[in-house]
Amino acid sequence: MATKPTIDLTSVLANAVRGLRLSERVGALPNVASKRTRALKGRVKGAKAVVSLCPYCAVGCSTLAYVSDEGKLLDVEGNPDSPVSGGHLCPKGSAIFGMTVNEARWTTAKYRAPFATEWEEKPLDWVLDRIAERFKKTREETFVRNLPNGKRVNHTLGIASLGGATFGIEENYLLQKLMKTCGVVSVENQARI
Amino acid sequence: MPGLGTSFGRGGATTYVQDLQNADCILIEGSNFAECHPVAFRFVMKAKERGAKIIHVDPRFTRTSAVADIYAPIRSGTDIVFLGALISWMIEKERYFKEYVTAFTNAAYLVSEAFGDTEDLDGLFSGFNDVSGTYDTGSWHFEMEEVPRSDGNGTCSQPKRDETLQHPRCVINVVRRHFSRYTPELVEDVCGTPREAFLEIANALADNSGRERTTAFAYAVGWTQHTIGVQYIRTAAILQMLLGNMGRPGGGIMALRGHANIQGATDIPTLYDLLPGYLPMPSTLREEQTLEGYLHHAAKPTGWWTNTPKYIVSLLKAYYGEAATPENDFAFEYLPHISGDHSTLPTQIAMKDGAVKGYFVIGQNPAASGLNAELARAAMERLEWMVVVDAYETETAAFWRREGANPSEIGTELFFLPSAVVLEKEGSMVNTNRMLQWHDKAIEPAGQARSDLYLFHQLGLRLKALYADSTDPKDRGIHALTWEYTSDDPHERSLGEPSALKVLQEINGYVVVPGKPRDECPQVAGFADLKADGSTACGAWIYSGVAPDKTTNRARNRKGDEIASLDWGFAWPANRRMLYNRASADPDGKPWSERKKYLWWNEEAGKWDGPDVPDFPVNKAPHTAAKAGASGLDAHSGSDPFIMQADGRAHLFVTGALKDGPLPTHYEPLESVVRNPVYKQQSSPTLREWDRDDNPYNAPESPDYPYVLTTYRLTEHSGIMTRYVPWLAELQPALFAEIDPELAVEKHVRNGDWVTISTKLGEIEARALVSGRMRPLRLGKGRRLHQIGIPYNYGSLGHATGDAVGDLVALAMDPNVSIHEAKTISCTIRAGRRDTFGRSAADRDVPADQRTIQGESHPHGRDGGAA
Repeated sequence: MATKPTIDLTSVLANAVRGLRLSERVGALPNVASKRTRALKGRVKGAKAVVSLCPYCAVGCSTLAYVSDEGKLLDVEGNPDSPVSGGHLCPKGSAIFGMTVNEARWTTAKYRAPFATEWEEKPLDWVLDRIAERFKKTREETFVRNLPNGKRVNHTLGIASLGGATFGIEENYLLQKLMKTCGVVSVENQARI
Repeated sequence: MPGLGTSFGRGGATTYVQDLQNADCILIEGSNFAECHPVAFRFVMKAKERGAKIIHVDPRFTRTSAVADIYAPIRSGTDIVFLGALISWMIEKERYFKEYVTAFTNAAYLVSEAFGDTEDLDGLFSGFNDVSGTYDTGSWHFEMEEVPRSDGNGTCSQPKRDETLQHPRCVINVVRRHFSRYTPELVEDVCGTPREAFLEIANALADNSGRERTTAFAYAVGWTQHTIGVQYIRTAAILQMLLGNMGRPGGGIMALRGHANIQGATDIPTLYDLLPGYLPMPSTLREEQTLEGYLHHAAKPTGWWTNTPKYIVSLLKAYYGEAATPENDFAFEYLPHISGDHSTLPTQIAMKDGAVKGYFVIGQNPAASGLNAELARAAMERLEWMVVVDAYETETAAFWRREGANPSEIGTELFFLPSAVVLEKEGSMVNTNRMLQWHDKAIEPAGQARSDLYLFHQLGLRLKALYADSTDPKDRGIHALTWEYTSDDPHERSLGEPSALKVLQEINGYVVVPGKPRDECPQVAGFADLKADGSTACGAWIYSGVAPDKTTNRARNRKGDEIASLDWGFAWPANRRMLYNRASADPDGKPWSERKKYLWWNEEAGKWDGPDVPDFPVNKAPHTAAKAGASGLDAHSGSDPFIMQADGRAHLFVTGALKDGPLPTHYEPLESVVRNPVYKQQSSPTLREWDRDDNPYNAPESPDYPYVLTTYRLTEHSGIMTRYVPWLAELQPALFAEIDPELAVEKHVRNGDWVTISTKLGEIEARALVSGRMRPLRLGKGRRLHQIGIPYNYGSLGHATGDAVGDLVALAMDPNVSIHEAKTISCTIRAGRRDTFGRSAADRDVPADQRTIQGESHPHGRDGGAA
């Protein structure tokens, strides 16, 4: 004989309350997601990952730079394959994106004439030409072939160069090869330890 | 890094950071490892998880101290007393590793009778000339004896030895006497380090060294930036030799370098006194007008440097190609000679005095992060022209419109070249493990920015064009300079970007095939292939092997593993990860213990085996006898692990190679707040200083400047490369000064208040960070001492700003490597802000009689010593 189901209000309420306990209900139903949410994907999904390096301290953490098909930098993360860094980055390394894509960067060649009160923008080639001319003029004026004691020096102390620890070995190689061949001996960087 | 170089043979970290996890104990001193090299610090933590004891000795309690098992405070500038006392304790208590020391160091050599120690001469070694402020190192030698040559042709001389270590002039006994007054009590009085902490550390080091266990040392610029910086490293080297920890897993000395390619910029030196691969620059101070004269000094009859002729000739071939011939001394004459100290600080002084006309500043920022930064800025006003290469406007690029300057009075012509950042170019950098790592190009440079490679290459092309018609002999090097690096990639070629890979291939070296263009000459496989007859070219012999053929770039190897990771990057020399690893086996070639097994002699195969590349001739058996009078490595036995050294051994006592002594000695910093309690000699007798109006020093023990100031770096900043980054500026927005609560009360300063810190040179302002991390020290005679810490990352530009601490520090330097003294000066502090920026002492014009010729420095003491 069928009996009319009775509604036990107490148990319904208790079940409802229990239902709020997520821990007992996880996975029971699919998560609610809008169409828009379903269309979203990770910002680096499908992006090319280029292996690069952290430019700060000398630990040499390996990084992965994620680049879109259009060549736009999307993100920079630690490279888990590196035996040195194992995917980790410190705050500086984690902010490589902000150092690279940054409105404050100066990305044009500039010139400031003697006594001028402002910089002016100039084409890169113009600036390089002018530097080479100034370099030659100073070298001609200050080149010393022999010291007063007769010893050959073939150098100039009128030109100096500072920097090296923040850029690559190939760049250091060209810089010192050029400078020393021109007779510039005060070629230095912060590695003086 | 001659501290390591003179002791062991090479100026580089002796191990790799991953190996720190194998240590049983790690002494971190002169470094805030956790905050300055956080990612490598995980290997210290791994060691700790495995039960290793972590020790931190530092003026400040930092995040490194927080996770250490033992933290010991120390007065900045006194580490030689601390380490010297450890040396003394190890010898007196006989806790050193005697078999290792006897077999692998020069402990048994007899020091010459002519040598006089600082114990006998009250703080000076024999040979000091107080007029020139330099040493004649002639008496810092061994007693020699004549022995028959192995080939039977007469005799040759070699140091006399007493293998029983009993002779009073044995090196070990000379070292013992030299440090005999460096006791735990002296440490307490001089360093302010409690005796108990010292003894706990001494026991920990001794307990964790020997056959079964190893201890590693890690240091950074806290040890180097002193007027006796090289001797700090020497003290640590001596201690590690005595403990027998060199060349063994979990041992060694980890030099933690601070910039991404600072090791690379030392190996391929943008340094005045070196050529690539640690070949010296030709100098007029020696008789080096010809290649033969040069080799007389640069090549050594025994040990690895017997090979010098191969390396210099191959370098000249790489530079000058066909123009370098046997007939013209391989164009040796195209290289300039140095004629004095042309390093950074003397150059800065010369610039201020008007001797320098043109200046390139590339990725560096002396106007903010330099010492006596205002002198650097004022010096720039004297230049005719200056080129700044950077990604951001730096304080250096802006010196002419800094606070207090009038642009319309500054005649320097300025050029700014925008540089690409790391993701915008390819190439390699060398990390603190001596490891070359290649980075690929991810994106195109922003705007007009270009790689530094492009900029230097373009400058070279333009100079070659300007000099094309010259017949002046001085320009022949420019004509001859090999400069062909056209990229094989059509896109890069269209941008005019040279090929970094081709530069790396030149650095690796190639066989010169007469009549064939460079592109058709095969690569050399490694430095063993180099020749002294002009048939090979090589840009930096120590990197040779990185690109052994046209299609291989080992810097781009990217397969790591759990041990030495030989297939990740390429470490110089010859991909060896741990230097001097022959010392991980006993003289018979057996591991000192199973637990510390690394390299061993495989009798059956007749070669050395292990997880690393042997830093030793691979087939040379342990019992191979040394051949007296032979050249190169034949002069070494099969149990001489330090192959770069003339005698194959680590040097407790260094003969003649350093300018300030064969053994480390405690001298107070130039601006010390205390009288040297150890010797009558207050500060280093050989330090270099410029005591003049624009570079004044605080007098020692000056009551006006009673506090010690030490500088350091923050995790979140480097310099201009971070101060414009909003994320980082938010984390560390502005300059602060760390002071202890006791001093804060005395000065009526609360946390967050403005304070002004001053020296005789200048003053800066900062927010006070009152913290128990700074602790007053108790020195001898009950003296209470306060230390103040200030980060040096700041400047006036960017989102995170602050005064430059360099405005407080006058220029002074060590005599060996011209390193400045930035880690310990004296200062005073007051509540409140500084006056509106006024011209500091450094900006004053210098009276003519105080100017120096070409930046020559006065040796200490010539005009009465410090001001």
